[in-house]
Amino acid sequence: MGDIFPRGRVSVAGASTFGVGEMPGHSTIEMAGKAVQLALADAAINLSEVDGLFIALPDDLFAGLSLAQYLGLHPRFTDNNRAGGASFMSHLVTAVTMLEAGYLDCAVIAYGANQRSSGGKLSTPARPDRWDAPYNPMYPLSFYALAAARHMHQYGTTREELASVAVSARLWANTNPEAFAKGPLSIEDVIASRLISSPIRARDCCLVTDGAAAIVLTRTDRAKDGPQPLVPVLGAAAATWYNSVTQADDITITAAAESGPRAMAMAGLTPGQIDTVQLYDAFTINTILFLEDLGFCPKGEGGAFVGGGAIAPGGSLPVNTNGGGLSCCHPGMYGMFAMVEAVRQMRGEAANQIAGAKTALAHGNGGTLSAQATVIFGNAETV
Amino acid sequence: MSGPSAEWDVALAEGRVLLQRPVGGGSTVFPPRAFAPGTGEALEWFEASGLGTVYSATWIQRKPPEPPYNVVLVDLAEGARMMGRVEGVSPETLQIGMAVKARIITGEAPVIVFDPVEQAHG
Repeated sequence: MGDIFPRGRVSVAGASTFGVGEMPGHSTIEMAGKAVQLALADAAINLSEVDGLFIALPDDLFAGLSLAQYLGLHPRFTDNNRAGGASFMSHLVTAVTMLEAGYLDCAVIAYGANQRSSGGKLSTPARPDRWDAPYNPMYPLSFYALAAARHMHQYGTTREELASVAVSARLWANTNPEAFAKGPLSIEDVIASRLISSPIRARDCCLVTDGAAAIVLTRTDRAKDGPQPLVPVLGAAAATWYNSVTQADDITITAAAESGPRAMAMAGLTPGQIDTVQLYDAFTINTILFLEDLGFCPKGEGGAFVGGGAIAPGGSLPVNTNGGGLSCCHPGMYGMFAMVEAVRQMRGEAANQIAGAKTALAHGNGGTLSAQATVIFGNAETV
Repeated sequence: MSGPSAEWDVALAEGRVLLQRPVGGGSTVFPPRAFAPGTGEALEWFEASGLGTVYSATWIQRKPPEPPYNVVLVDLAEGARMMGRVEGVSPETLQIGMAVKARIITGEAPVIVFDPVEQAHG
C-alpha cells in the first residue's frame, strides 16, 4: 500500500500572484493575505468558505496561525510544513488527500515575502548544522556549489552548459510582463559575472525579489462549476532524504529521483507525456539535476541537454516558461510560483503559453537539495 | 549520561576522531547517532584513520585582499562523508579525488581540518 492518490478528484479552483518583483511597504503576511484574496476572487469563492490553511513564511514559524488571524477564519486545519521551497508542493499533498477524504472543503495554499524591499538578501532562518558550520559554507549557496563541482567532475558538465540554464530562463522572462529580470544575457555574461562560491557565479543564482502567490483547491466536482478552466491535480509526491546534502550517497542525485517517478505513476504519465516543466531553479545546477532526476534526460546528460537549447523558447521541453527563479522572481521559497505558472499553462493563460499543453509538472526543492516534491497538473481533457 | 554528539566532542577534545559502526558490522555512521540510521541497530565507536579523499570542493570568495577559502566534502577511508577544509592548497592545487589526512586543531572549539597526503608513485 501507500502512494494511493485521488487522481483528478481535486482541482485548482483559483490561483494568483501578488507583488512579484518589488512591493515595498508590505509585511510578509500582508503579501500572502493579498494573494489569498486575489486567488479566491479568481475562483469566485467567498473567504468564509475556506476551511484549510497551508502556508510557510520566511519570518514566521507560526504562519498558519497568523494567516487564520489575518483572514479572520477559524479553519478546521492549518499546516506550516516548511520543507523550504518544496513546502507548498508538500502542502498540496496534504490538502488534496484531506479534501478527497471530506475532512476539508476548500483549502488555500499561500506564500508571501518581502525580501527585496526588506533588505535585499535571501531571507531564511535556516543555518548549516553543527557538523558543517565550523567550515563557514555559505548557506545555502556553497552546498549547491559542491553539487555543481561534483557534477562537473563526474560527468564533464561544462561552465557553458550551466550558463545556458540562466540564458534560457532569461529568454522566457523577456516575453513575460510579470518577470523581474529582463534584457539581453549571454553565456559570456554569465561566465564573466562575479565568482561567489566556485563554480557558482552571480548569474548562476536566483533573483532576490518580493512576491506572493496563492492557490485555492476544491474537489473537482465543485471546481467544474467555477469560472476558470479546470486544472485537476493528477499526482503529487514529496520525498525527503536528509537535511544537509553533505549526507547524500551521491550528491549528483536528488530525492527528485523518487518524488518525480512517484508523482508520474500516480498521474499515469511518463516524462515524455509531460508538456511543460516548472521547477525550482535556485541555481543553474538545479535545473540540470532535476531534469535528470525527473527523467527528462539520463543522469549525467543534463548539461548537454540544456546546452543544446532544449529548455529555451522553441526547444523540445518548455522549462520555466515564466523565467523561473533565475529571471522571473525569487522571493525566497519559490515553490508556489512554479505551481502558479503550471496552473496558468493548463488554463491556457500563461504569458508564454505552450500551445496544446495538457500536462504540467511543478517541482519544488527545499533545504540544500534535501526535500523534493513534485506535482502534476492536467486540464479537463486529462480526467 | 550524555548523548552521542557530546561523547564525540569529548573524544575530539582529547585528540581522537571517532566514527560509529553497527555492532554486528555494517556501514560507517557519521554524524554520531544513538542507533544505526535506517535499521535501528546498536552502534559502537571506533577511531578513524583520518585518511580520506576529496569528494567535492568549493572556493568561497571574499572581498580582496582577503583570499578565498575552501570548503570540501571528504569521503573518509572508513566510508562516512564529512565537511571540512583542506589547508595549504590553492584553487589550482585542490582537486576532487586528492588524498587527504585529518588533523585536529586544538583549542576552545577543536576543529578537524585536512592536509594533502603525498601519494606514493610507481
